[in-house]
Amino acid sequence: MIGLFDVGGRGLLIAIVGLGVAALLAAAWLVPAVMRALPVRMQPQASTLARLGAGATVWGVSAMAWIVLGGGRSSVSKIVTTLYYVTNGIVALAALFGILYLIASLFPEPFREWFRTAAFLLPAVLLLFGLVVPAILNVSDSFYDRNDEWYGFGNYVDIFTKDANIKVFSNTLWWGIIVTIASTVMGITIARFADRMRGEAVAKAAIFLPTAISMVGAGVIWNFVYSPREYGLLNSILPGDPEFFLQDSSLFGITSPWLPGKNTLFIMIVVIWIQAGFSTVVISAALKGVPDDLVEAAKIDGATDRQAFYKVVLPYIKSTIITVATTTVLAVLKIFDIIQTMGKGGSFGTSTIANEMYEQGFPQDNEGLGAAWAVMLFLLVLPIVFVNSRNQRAQREGR
Amino acid sequence: MADKTPMGTRVAGATTGPVGRVIVWFLAALWTVPTLGLFISSFRPEDDIKTDGWWNWFKNPARVTWDNYSGVLDNKVNGLQFSEFFWNSVRIAIPSAIIPIVIAAFAAYALSWMHFRGRDWLFVVIVGLMVVPLQMTLIPLLQFFGGDYFPDALEGVTTIWIAHAIFGMPLAIFLLRNFIAGLPGEIIEAARVDGASHLTIFTRLVLPLSVPAIASLGIFQFLWVWNDLLVAKVFGGGATNQPMTFAMVDMVGNKGNEWQLLTAGAFVMMVVPLIVFLSLQRYFVRGLLAGSVKG
Repeated sequence: MIGLFDVGGRGLLIAIVGLGVAALLAAAWLVPAVMRALPVRMQPQASTLARLGAGATVWGVSAMAWIVLGGGRSSVSKIVTTLYYVTNGIVALAALFGILYLIASLFPEPFREWFRTAAFLLPAVLLLFGLVVPAILNVSDSFYDRNDEWYGFGNYVDIFTKDANIKVFSNTLWWGIIVTIASTVMGITIARFADRMRGEAVAKAAIFLPTAISMVGAGVIWNFVYSPREYGLLNSILPGDPEFFLQDSSLFGITSPWLPGKNTLFIMIVVIWIQAGFSTVVISAALKGVPDDLVEAAKIDGATDRQAFYKVVLPYIKSTIITVATTTVLAVLKIFDIIQTMGKGGSFGTSTIANEMYEQGFPQDNEGLGAAWAVMLFLLVLPIVFVNSRNQRAQREGR
Repeated sequence: MADKTPMGTRVAGATTGPVGRVIVWFLAALWTVPTLGLFISSFRPEDDIKTDGWWNWFKNPARVTWDNYSGVLDNKVNGLQFSEFFWNSVRIAIPSAIIPIVIAAFAAYALSWMHFRGRDWLFVVIVGLMVVPLQMTLIPLLQFFGGDYFPDALEGVTTIWIAHAIFGMPLAIFLLRNFIAGLPGEIIEAARVDGASHLTIFTRLVLPLSVPAIASLGIFQFLWVWNDLLVAKVFGGGATNQPMTFAMVDMVGNKGNEWQLLTAGAFVMMVVPLIVFLSLQRYFVRGLLAGSVKG
């Protein structure tokens, strides 16, 4: 495989890595020897120092390798550059916390503890400002138009009055409804029938596999199902002329901004394919937690398998099902990548809010409308999270 | 591969009837077909892929080739070799998985075992931030990263790391706090009484005990970052810093007819998450359960 493994300056790299390994081996022998010689009281400090030394060595070696070989076109140089980036990131992280903690330790006692707590929290809180501040700024951005002129609620009015925008909004709602219900029901069905079946693990692994595949990859995979060309599986099965499944924006001939197109439905199938594995595994685990006696008791009372499942098992795992559905709906309402690949960036009436937000904010350079779409997404997600957290709290208190 | 607990096998009283078994195997087969099609296609010669369904390969299984793989790795996307994007993905994904988890672990420790005023209140706010869709923050964050207050030297891959760290923070703190707060308090109190500092307790006690939670969260975050397109596309700047997902989308757009390249490219892109996922599946499932299936 040519690109990944071709050679360039390999000798130098081996020399540098060899030096690094030698240094680490020497340290591995030297450090315990020194430690044993030290008084017990100093050993914790010494071992911390040794760890720091080991980290510094790894970083130094990768930096040296990078200086000699980095930035080039050969594979070795790419690997070295990658290693250098990764170690740099980790060293910077360790240094950040080390320095913060040291600074906090410089303060006299009544404040020291307080500053040390702050040192633990500060990086996280700073990063969270990266969510809070932009979210607030975003709301104010949404009141400006394409030319950065004040537009009031104009963007929101546009969202609810222009047919193309209503289509985006209703598409997103349909995504949330159809995909969430379908993948949760799939999860329940598979988890139920696969439970205690021979080959259960294999069947569930097959269902779960697509979860690890990116939406972009899924777009390529499903082209071999939906393509109108000779290699499209679905067209080869269905009779009649080849169909362009991903371009038909009507629903069996009806075109309405409030209905999803047939193409949207076909893209949804792909996401159900990706999401079902998650629901299956989580629901399946919950099923294993249902006490056997409960089901036995229902059966002794004369319930059939089916009745026992619907009347006893399902209510028992209700909170898990709600969690699965919530997680899925939150993910699906933000659907983006697959619209970019399979929907060609939202053409043929396939756009969703997250996609539109990107298309308006970046390629179309209408940041105000993009920001307004982002606010709409927030408003859609808010009640779901709110209801869910209230449910969970009620459940915890009810126990 | 099978994990005892979630994939478990309770021997007593098998309840799956023949109908149920047929349903499960049918669905399992149906779920596998698309990926199988890609896998087979990626080894077929260009002409076969373009003019013939992959299912016809079974008629003539000798017609296989590596050309698609060498072709895609040598293929230029925006003037860069496809393999460069592979390494970009590695550069982006590993630190983007490690950084937010380490930072969140420190915060989670502080929120569980350090005493300060407003602790619970702070935790509630952090959990509440899970509601903010990352799309909402893209434009302002981009303006900040491109602005005067952000060092230019950090633009590029580092910006993607920081962006992923920001977006991963609320969920990471939430899950890790739930785990770390559940650790036995006696151990930590005992260490405090012995005069251990918080840093010592955190690095020597809490981190080793939290490995299951950290591992599952790490896998989750890694898969998410590796498969991400949006964040990299918005924050990465030029093509030089973009991951494989970007290269694939570009190829779909510009080389829509070169399916021999796309099949192999998609498979190269899938290999890393599949290896990570299959080898660490156990942690993944356990970690998901820690967050959701508590009852």
